[in-house]
Amino acid sequence: MAPTSCSLCRDAKAILKRPKTGQQICKDCFFFVFETEVHHTITEAELFKSGDRVAIGASGGKGKTTAVIWPDMLIVLMADSTVLAYVMKTLNDRYNYGLELFLLSIDEGITGYRDDSLETVKRNQQQYDMPLKILSYDELYGWTMDAIVEQIGKKNNCTFCGVFRRQALDRGANSLNVDHIVTGHNADDIAETVLMNIMRGDIARLGRCTLICTQGEDTIKRSKPFKYAYEKEIVMYAYFKKLDYFSTECIYSPDAYRGHARTFLKDLEAARPSAIIDIIHSGEAFEVKEEIKAAQKAQQTCKRCGYMSSNDLCKACTLLEGLERGMASSVITDRARKKMDAMGPTPENLRTIPLFRSTPTITVEMPSQS
Amino acid sequence: MASTISINIVFSGGLELLFGNERNHSVSIPNFVPSDNSTCSTPSSSSSSTPPSDNVVSSTGAGDTKAADLEYLIYHLRDHLLKERPELFMENGTIRPGILVLINDTDWELEGEGSYQLCDNDEILFISTLHGG
Ligand SMILES: [Zn+2]
Ligand SMILES: [Zn+2]
Repeated sequence: MAPTSCSLCRDAKAILKRPKTGQQICKDCFFFVFETEVHHTITEAELFKSGDRVAIGASGGKGKTTAVIWPDMLIVLMADSTVLAYVMKTLNDRYNYGLELFLLSIDEGITGYRDDSLETVKRNQQQYDMPLKILSYDELYGWTMDAIVEQIGKKNNCTFCGVFRRQALDRGANSLNVDHIVTGHNADDIAETVLMNIMRGDIARLGRCTLICTQGEDTIKRSKPFKYAYEKEIVMYAYFKKLDYFSTECIYSPDAYRGHARTFLKDLEAARPSAIIDIIHSGEAFEVKEEIKAAQKAQQTCKRCGYMSSNDLCKACTLLEGLERGMASSVITDRARKKMDAMGPTPENLRTIPLFRSTPTITVEMPSQS
Repeated sequence: MASTISINIVFSGGLELLFGNERNHSVSIPNFVPSDNSTCSTPSSSSSSTPPSDNVVSSTGAGDTKAADLEYLIYHLRDHLLKERPELFMENGTIRPGILVLINDTDWELEGEGSYQLCDNDEILFISTLHGG
C-alpha cells in the first residue's frame, strides 16, 4: 500500500487515523491538533485564571497504575495523567496561562505497583520541572490496599480504593494549597460513566458526570481538560512523544460492571467512532429535574475529620471505622452504618484522617485523651 | 525468496501480561499461509526450513493459501504465543476493540488492518487501552 500523505499539511506521511474525524494525519500535525483542541477546551470553559495553583492528579477508579519514564525523570502515574502533565506544561508555556503546576500521585500500597519507581522519584525530585507530591494510603489511613484486601477479601475492595483515592487526591491538593485539581479523565471515561449512570438509573449523577468542572464545599475545583480527547489519541500521543510508560494491571479484581460498560463502548466505537462523543452529548442534553437535584443530601463536614460529607461521618471515616472494628463488609450505606452503631459504641482512639488544610480559619479544641 | 518472514512483535499497555509478561517477541511465519488462518502447521519454534512446495500442502489439506497477512499473524500469536485469556486479545476473528495496533509506527487503520501484507522485519506493536478484565 502506498503511504498516505497527511490530509492537513499534504506533505508528510500520515501515521494516524483520527477517531473523531476520520482524518489521516502526520505526526507533527497530530501533536498540533491534539494540543490545540485541549487548549480550546480549556479556554472555552474558562477553567483557569493566571496565578492559579493547579495539581495534576492521577485519575482514579481505573484499576490500573502506570510507571512512566519521561526523558529525564521517572514518575508513577496513569498513562492519561502523564499525557495530561506533559500537555498542561506545554500549553502553560506556549499560551502563558500563568499556572503553577504540581504533580500529585497516590501510592495505594499494592505490592508490585513499582515501589522502586517511587524510590527513584524521591531521589530525583530536584531535577523535576514540577514539584511532585506522593501521598500514600498508609500515611493517610494507616492501611495499605494490601492490608485492606487481606482483611476484607477481593469482593468490595474497589469501593475502598475508589473512596480512598478520591479523598487522597483532595487531601493531597490541600497539602499543596492548590486551587484546582485536573485529572486525566478522557472522552471514553466520561461516555462510559454516562452509560453506567443510565444503566443504574442514577439520574442525579447522570446530570453531573458530564460537567467539565465541579467545585465542592472545600473550594478546590476539579476539572477534566481531556473531556473531549479520545483515549486512542491520548495513548498514541504518549507513544509518539516517547512518554514511554509501562503498565501493571491492578492485581485486585477490577470493577466488573465498569468493565462491561467499557467493552460495550469499545464495540460501539469499532462500529462508529463518533459514538463516544455522541454519548457525551446525549448525557449533556439530559435535563435533570430540580427535585432530583434537590434530593441530594445537603453537604456538611465530617464530624471526625472535617472532610465534606452528606452524613455525620464521611465515607472514608466510615470505611476506616469498619476496617478497625473488623466490620468492613458493612460498607457505606446508611443501613450498614446503623447496624455498626448497634454493635456498640465507636471505640476510642480511632484515627483522624489528616485533612492538611494549610490555612485553618478556626481553632478547634482537640478532644482530650481522658 | 525466503520461505519464511521474521516479524518483531511488541506488546504494551498491560497486554504483555497475556504473553508471559514479555514485551518483545520475534516470530517466524511462512510467506504463504492457509486462507482459513489455521496455524497448526506452522509452530514458530520449529526450525524446520522446508519451503512450501509449489503444490500447496497444508495440514488441513484444504489447499487454499494466501500471502501472509496481519490477520493470520493475529491467529498465530493467539495459538502459539498467548499464555492466558485469549478473549482479552481476540474477538470475532480480529483484535479486541480497545487494543491499538501499529505497523512500523503507523496506525493499522491506515494500512488496511488485517489485510495488510506482512514483510520481512516488520514491527507490529499492540497497545492495550483497556483496564482490567
Ligand atoms: Zn501533516
Ligand atoms: Zn471523615
